[in-house]
Amino acid sequence: MSAVEATGTAAAELASAPSGTREMTYLEAISDALRTEMRRDESVFCIGEDIGAFGGAFKVTDGFVEEFGADRCLDAPLAENAIIGTAVGAAVEGLKPVCEMQFADFISCGFDQLVNVAAKLHYRQGIAVPMVVRLPSGGGFSGGPFHSQNPEAWFVQAPGLKVVAPATASDAKGLLVSAIRDPNPVCYLEHKGLYRHIKDEVPEGEHAVPIGEARIARAGEEMTVVAYGSSVHLALRAGEELDEDIEVLDLRTLAPLDRQSILTSARKTGKVLVAHEATRSAGIGAEVAALVTEEAFEELDAPVRRLTAPDVPIPFSPPLEQSVLPQLDDMKEACRELLAY
Amino acid sequence: METADASVVARERVRELVDVPLTREDRAILFRYMTMMRASEERALTLYKQGKVPGSFYDGRGQEAVSVGAAFVLRPEDRMCILHRDLGAHFVRGVTPDRYLAGYMGRSGGVTGGKEGNMHFGDRMLGCVGMVSMLPDMALVATGMALKFKMRHEPRVAMTFFGEGSTANGQWHEAMNLAGIHRLPVVFILENNRFAYSTPNELEFAVDPVERAHTYGFPGVNVDGNDVEEVFEAAREAADLARAGGGPTLIECQTMRMHGHGAHDDMRYVPKELRDEWERRDPIDRYAERLVADFGFRADEVEAIRNEVQAYVDECAKKALESPMPDPALATDGVYADEFEPLGDGNAPWSRWSQHNGAGNGTAPVERRAA
Repeated sequence: MSAVEATGTAAAELASAPSGTREMTYLEAISDALRTEMRRDESVFCIGEDIGAFGGAFKVTDGFVEEFGADRCLDAPLAENAIIGTAVGAAVEGLKPVCEMQFADFISCGFDQLVNVAAKLHYRQGIAVPMVVRLPSGGGFSGGPFHSQNPEAWFVQAPGLKVVAPATASDAKGLLVSAIRDPNPVCYLEHKGLYRHIKDEVPEGEHAVPIGEARIARAGEEMTVVAYGSSVHLALRAGEELDEDIEVLDLRTLAPLDRQSILTSARKTGKVLVAHEATRSAGIGAEVAALVTEEAFEELDAPVRRLTAPDVPIPFSPPLEQSVLPQLDDMKEACRELLAY
Repeated sequence: METADASVVARERVRELVDVPLTREDRAILFRYMTMMRASEERALTLYKQGKVPGSFYDGRGQEAVSVGAAFVLRPEDRMCILHRDLGAHFVRGVTPDRYLAGYMGRSGGVTGGKEGNMHFGDRMLGCVGMVSMLPDMALVATGMALKFKMRHEPRVAMTFFGEGSTANGQWHEAMNLAGIHRLPVVFILENNRFAYSTPNELEFAVDPVERAHTYGFPGVNVDGNDVEEVFEAAREAADLARAGGGPTLIECQTMRMHGHGAHDDMRYVPKELRDEWERRDPIDRYAERLVADFGFRADEVEAIRNEVQAYVDECAKKALESPMPDPALATDGVYADEFEPLGDGNAPWSRWSQHNGAGNGTAPVERRAA
């Protein structure tokens, strides 16, 4: 299929069948999404630290300077507010910047431009800000407290931002394509632990996954694990290894939340575990738990449970880090407990 | 000094572009906009004292020459990020006082329909992105707009204002540095109004920020911010330089905030002699005298402009007071955009001036005139 349509809804794009699929890693799918969109629409450009000749700290933009030129894969000085702030300016003038934070943790240095300028411009002044902030997040590799964080809840607290967190390679591509085409600032959380460990069939060419729609990753009747990002894979493995009838709902989008899919699954199974790698208090899990108890209390057979990191920074040493980040055994134990309730 | 040298070089490079003087009509317009800013802010302050303005009240009394002189140089397709002391720039772009006054009162007829208050507005249909309270955030947004102009080879300019207080913030450095690296077409207007809220210059920096410009690789110029034509000339050179591919300029305008940071501020920290000194340098009174002494205006012509503006502002205030308060149901609207809509263009007179002088309809690149 010739992917030339410059506008159109995600639904329309989904309806047009892709030419085929190819097995890609999560990382390759992110690169493929960027490349596809940059070929299709010359207003799309990347800006970030070391993304040019070096190809980025994780090589997402490897080869981009050769194909698109240094202007469209712009090496920024080490200044995150400058990356986000200039992206806002370029976006309101009609470009579609894709900012790369080298690590999601570094968004703290660009937070002001993101939450005060980008997020609020449309509400305050009717100015659309079509931009994406790519946030390599997550731990599990001794990155320590500043290269391992899962800061998604920060963004959900800033109305005006959309927040997505794909778990599969296919969704990594499809959600990034939709994020680029969205007229709002979108925080795109890409879990570093999935980069090279997750591989699945990804549609080639056009492939957009609508923002705001969760996905049933595994159908089941006895309980629901509501998860996103790396926790989806823990939940899937737990379901297989326990050989239980567990439904896994992959949220994919954290803001705006697909409330209907959460409630539908909760009403079906009557038992809900919310799982994420991010810290516990006032996290996505708390929001989902509140939603389910507010809206589906009568249909629950057990209290809503959470499996999350405790409220501590991510420590460096492997035994310490593993004790903080939810592991497969923790997921299996949490499922067993809820199933037995 | 290197800063001065850089400025001289910049001036030389655009000398041929800026040799056309202001017309009598241009001067009347400059005076009119400064007067409109003063009259509108006086009217808004009255509304505040009458309890019709929620929150506090902020104005730019004494700084009228900066915003009007700088904004006047722009073309419609240029872009602005305007600060809270720069109401005149909004007027030059085409905002009318009734929308400003309605905005202060939280009415639906304000520029943002009540979503934003006091000076935190920008009319996107006039090519303006309104400020946020964190300063100088908009310096980066303007730099980003300039990045787009450069990437697309468009002969356009982004202009932004900031106070000397915000030059202490890291984002100021980030903006200057990025604009310098890529020689972006952005004009930085630094308003040194002597105080960041209550903090005086000597507690804000060890070296005057305009001296930093050359360390970022572009010229910094220091002008009398209470002389509208001096501001205009410096901004015109900077805009022409930027349009011609010469990169940014930092213009420091020396001025004085004649009111408190907000209406709640009694300015007890300002020495009386300092205020008296700057009162004598009032930009509007000075320009009124100069119009008569140097530019052939009759005193009654100048007075007629003042009267006409006052009548217009009175009429605008009436209209603003008739504007209804917004429907509370709208409070949750507009968090997300459904589609992208481009910014509109402004109505800045300099484009009219350019047209009169054969530079085309505002889209003709300056290089053509230079060649």
